[in-house]
Amino acid sequence: MAGAYALTSHEETWSETGLRYQANSYFKEVNMQASKETLLWMYEKMVEIRNYEETMASVYLEGKLPPQIQKGLAFDIGSGPVPGEMHLAAGQEPVAVGVCAHLKQEDTVVGTHRPHHFAIAKGVPLDKMTAEMFGKVTGLGKGKGGHMHLFDPEHKFSCSGIIGASLPPACGAGLAAKKMGKDWVAIAFFGEGAANQGSFHESLNLAALWHLPVIFVCEDNKWAISVPKSNATSIESVADRASAYGMPGIRVADNDALEVYEAVTPAIERARRGEGPSLIEVKTDRYFGHFQGDPETYRPKDEVGNLRRNDPIPKLAGVLRSRSMMTEAEEGVIVARAKQRVADAFDFARKSAYPAAQDALNDVFA
Amino acid sequence: MSTTRKLTMAQAISEGIAQEMARDPNVFVMGEDIGAYGGIFGATGGLLDKFGKDRIMDTPISETAFIGTATGAAAAGMRPIVELMFVDFFGVCMDQIYNHLAKNTYMAGGNIKLPVVLTTAIGGGYGDAAQHSQCLYATFAHMPGIKVVVPSNAYDAKGLMIQAIRDDNPVMFMYHKGIMGLPWMAYFEGSSNEVPEAAYTIPFGQAKVVREGKDVTIVTISQMVQKALVAADELMRQGIGAEVIDLRTLVPLDRNALLKSVAKTGRLLVADEDYLGFGLTGEISAIVAENLDTLALKAPVKRLAVPNVPIPYSRPLEQFAIPQVSSIVEAVQKLMKAHVAEGIAA
Repeated sequence: MAGAYALTSHEETWSETGLRYQANSYFKEVNMQASKETLLWMYEKMVEIRNYEETMASVYLEGKLPPQIQKGLAFDIGSGPVPGEMHLAAGQEPVAVGVCAHLKQEDTVVGTHRPHHFAIAKGVPLDKMTAEMFGKVTGLGKGKGGHMHLFDPEHKFSCSGIIGASLPPACGAGLAAKKMGKDWVAIAFFGEGAANQGSFHESLNLAALWHLPVIFVCEDNKWAISVPKSNATSIESVADRASAYGMPGIRVADNDALEVYEAVTPAIERARRGEGPSLIEVKTDRYFGHFQGDPETYRPKDEVGNLRRNDPIPKLAGVLRSRSMMTEAEEGVIVARAKQRVADAFDFARKSAYPAAQDALNDVFA
Repeated sequence: MSTTRKLTMAQAISEGIAQEMARDPNVFVMGEDIGAYGGIFGATGGLLDKFGKDRIMDTPISETAFIGTATGAAAAGMRPIVELMFVDFFGVCMDQIYNHLAKNTYMAGGNIKLPVVLTTAIGGGYGDAAQHSQCLYATFAHMPGIKVVVPSNAYDAKGLMIQAIRDDNPVMFMYHKGIMGLPWMAYFEGSSNEVPEAAYTIPFGQAKVVREGKDVTIVTISQMVQKALVAADELMRQGIGAEVIDLRTLVPLDRNALLKSVAKTGRLLVADEDYLGFGLTGEISAIVAENLDTLALKAPVKRLAVPNVPIPYSRPLEQFAIPQVSSIVEAVQKLMKAHVAEGIAA
């Protein structure tokens, strides 16, 4: 059993059904302690994700501001090297690394419209991913997909711009693993807003009914664009809905990588053993707007400042240092290494060529 | 005479909705981010402050539920306006639209009325890729039971919106993002124009000749009207007179305006941002083909549309897939050199 980051917050949110007993007895069988290697990996990936998102936030603005754009506009979403909507995940690193730390390359991850942190944590190559967002021929989808539509079959990662679209294909990956006799699992990431989509309810029922090795992971960042969870969801915790479908549900109440890691451990083990799906809800924080350029007039002015005081990255660094797992010098090496990977990826993307216009006609069919 | 001022299309739509809400207490608005945000594309800007959250209702991301709710509320006597952000998102709730909203009046033998206005943003050109850039108006026009309105400018948008709210049938009201006049997306400035302050309606099924010309007819809709007008200026410099027809509504469709213009020019280009196959360009071409007993073409009909590929993300690919001003100019130049076959008929 884990120490300081263990179960209290999870136990509090177990539904008042027979599942409480089932889950507790189940938890006892699992060693949830993260190894030093895992903790260091999570830290480095979180640093990499944060640096990636901050770099993208800056690169994204290139060419989008006056005076280069149409007169009268404050911003032009279609201009610059990376056009279109851009949804960044700074602040939401813990859920991505806490889950993906458990995964093998054969495990499937299906992400959301805000996908970079999941992709990075799953091991999607940073250079091809970045080139895709620059619309270059060297990108994951030869420039056809863009930032919301990253497909990497080698690392079994995909995502979608449609809310609630991650859950059904994760069920499919789970079904395939089961039919092929593998112990592979599938992760469906989705936001708290998506928990009100039909696809959420249909997928949970189907996965539970067929005992599919799927972990449904809800990122509760409170905001569905401008609509807060309290104005859109009839209950406080999405995890409570698990009991309606006959699966364990856990809410991780803090935006903390270690807590996520530990909460997910029994769910992963349960799935690998063929016992069926679980629902994990993680309270997390969106530091940027829904998309870059979002005026965020709906959001209390001091909210993000307050959230940043609970930044999960220095928090994990503190854990590593207090456990004597990382010296200051080692931390410097890790941070520099992560930042270099990001810089190399953006460099690769910038230097790559655009596809030929006529290539638009290819790849409609396999 | 009513006072006019220059408005963006987003402002004109919002003003039209506000005036109908003030006139008719049964009108209300539902949708995602339509309240405090004012609609992602500004179509409900300021309405929350004017009418409060009982009539301007932010919804959960539950399209099947809230679009079905609109159908139910309309059957019970209300006049809902329902926004769904991007037309691409209708996939998740299509059953409530095409099997219920569009068919119930017919299946009830005309005994129920469903005055629902569905509003949504369409169109690409700004790098938002395959799930956020489609037009899909032909998909809705294909299905019986829904009227389809696709304005190209602020003046038309307000009049058509008020007409849509007063209509006793389901109306799909589709606004192109690239003509809304948003402060964060490039747009064709011809789409912002003088709009009367007072309420007014524009009847459905009346196309507008937005520019007269003698050599070729360009039939189009939505943002492509603005592109066609820029192209027509360029063509005029080359000595080619292009007549530009803005269909304004696809259902009902103004066949007479189309046939009258083609009879005059003898040449037709249909310019469209929707998919080429089984869509607007095919429909318009077929209407002309069916009337070749009463009009004569000088050249075969030409079609410009997205060539049956999803909208690609990368800029050079997207600009290739979506017809541009330059593609309209080139298509007309080719049309002017083409001829129909002679002497083949028996």
